[in-house]
Amino acid sequence: MESEERQLAGRIVVPGEPVDDAGGEEPYVASVGGVRRATVVGMIRESEEGGRTFVKLKGVYIPEPGHVVIGLITSVGIMNWFVDINSPYTAVLSVQDFLGRPFNPAVDDMSALLKVGDYIKAKVVAFDKTRSPTLTVQGEGLGRIVRGKVIEISPAKVPRVLGRKRSMLQVLEEKTGCSIFVARNGRIHLECPNEDLEAIAVMAIKIIEEEAHTSGLTRRIIKFIEEERKVREV
Amino acid sequence: MGGKPPEGVRLIGEDGRRHDGRLPHELRPIHMEVGVLNNADGSAIVQYGRTRVLAAVYGPREPHQKFPLLPDRAALRVRYHMAPFSTEDRKSPAPSRREIELSKVVRESLEPIVIAEEFPRTVIDVFLEVLQADGGTRTASVTAASLALADAGIPMKALVGSVAIGKVEGVLVVDVDELEDMYGEADMPVAAAPDLGEITLLQLNGVLSREEFSTALEMALESIKTIVDMEKDVLRKTYTSVEGGEQ
Repeated sequence: MESEERQLAGRIVVPGEPVDDAGGEEPYVASVGGVRRATVVGMIRESEEGGRTFVKLKGVYIPEPGHVVIGLITSVGIMNWFVDINSPYTAVLSVQDFLGRPFNPAVDDMSALLKVGDYIKAKVVAFDKTRSPTLTVQGEGLGRIVRGKVIEISPAKVPRVLGRKRSMLQVLEEKTGCSIFVARNGRIHLECPNEDLEAIAVMAIKIIEEEAHTSGLTRRIIKFIEEERKVREV
Repeated sequence: MGGKPPEGVRLIGEDGRRHDGRLPHELRPIHMEVGVLNNADGSAIVQYGRTRVLAAVYGPREPHQKFPLLPDRAALRVRYHMAPFSTEDRKSPAPSRREIELSKVVRESLEPIVIAEEFPRTVIDVFLEVLQADGGTRTASVTAASLALADAGIPMKALVGSVAIGKVEGVLVVDVDELEDMYGEADMPVAAAPDLGEITLLQLNGVLSREEFSTALEMALESIKTIVDMEKDVLRKTYTSVEGGEQ
């Protein structure tokens, strides 16, 4: 790819700067001293619905009930697993929920079901910041991830990887032939036809993460994937 | 503080310039950089002349020990530390009384601006490592911590900056260095968030008259505004100077 000038897709704002009439959600835009201000580094850009909106470029993942996340098993408890969901809060998955039936310690062996280091796709059931988030794997497509690759990006960049009406994700899937699942907590699960395509998809996602604030990104990503496929002859 | 400077050193010269050639209201050359560490969630390095401070922010995260946790907000933990090689004579790496106190001082100058209520039951760790000390390490630390917190994506009401005003041979001077601090009559570190018009740190070592105090505070706030504007530029620059494309 030639080195071309990157155009910003909006105006960069830093903590403390007024965002004027731009929309944005708490706590990334907060009223301080009677003025609506950005509280994290972000960008003011045109929104899909018209008008201007504040898009954060930094931030951590805060779980919300209903979100589907990709978690990493970090330890096995007596009746539950502790799951790293790329958030300040460690999530809990109970063994009853995983089995879908009562747990019988005489018959069932927890460490045979999920081991430390396993990735799971799970849905957040409840979270209110006073208790750890609880997860469920009861649902279509949820459960242990058995094939493919999981990569991690900043949770603040997830909307950019999805694109407007998931357009960026469609481009990625079509151009690489991978099936890609983007979880809200910034972890991405890829299942690709071969290793080369997987590598290309991973590199494309990393470019999106790094250049999330520039315009014309979709066009550059298409070009990148096509050129890379030509070079690798896949 | 007090005493006589080394032979041949004039703290304020005939032309009104300080021993390093600065005018009384001039800051030292300031350099800032964010995102200097890969492993930290946010990081920054700040130089005030020869003073150099590295800041690393981790979190919000669950700590290994649960006792610092607060039920209604994130606990801010600040560790100010001087590297053994940061001073002329080796500094023992063990935390000294002064370092423990400065950790508290820096923490209290950050607490009013960090929106900690968003992350109850977590800790935000701020590590400040003084790599080279030449006066004004606490003020450079506050500035570095503010940048590193912004780099980590922790919600903040505004950015803070910090500078010390000193009194040297009866003249109020901005951003005192080691020599001026040692032989001056007063040293007043100030931290503030100019966007909010709030002062988050004010200390005074030495004696100032009422008038001198008001003038010093004004000088401090003016310099802090310059420093915070530099912080904003540095944060913006990380996005405007993407050099992607050379794969």
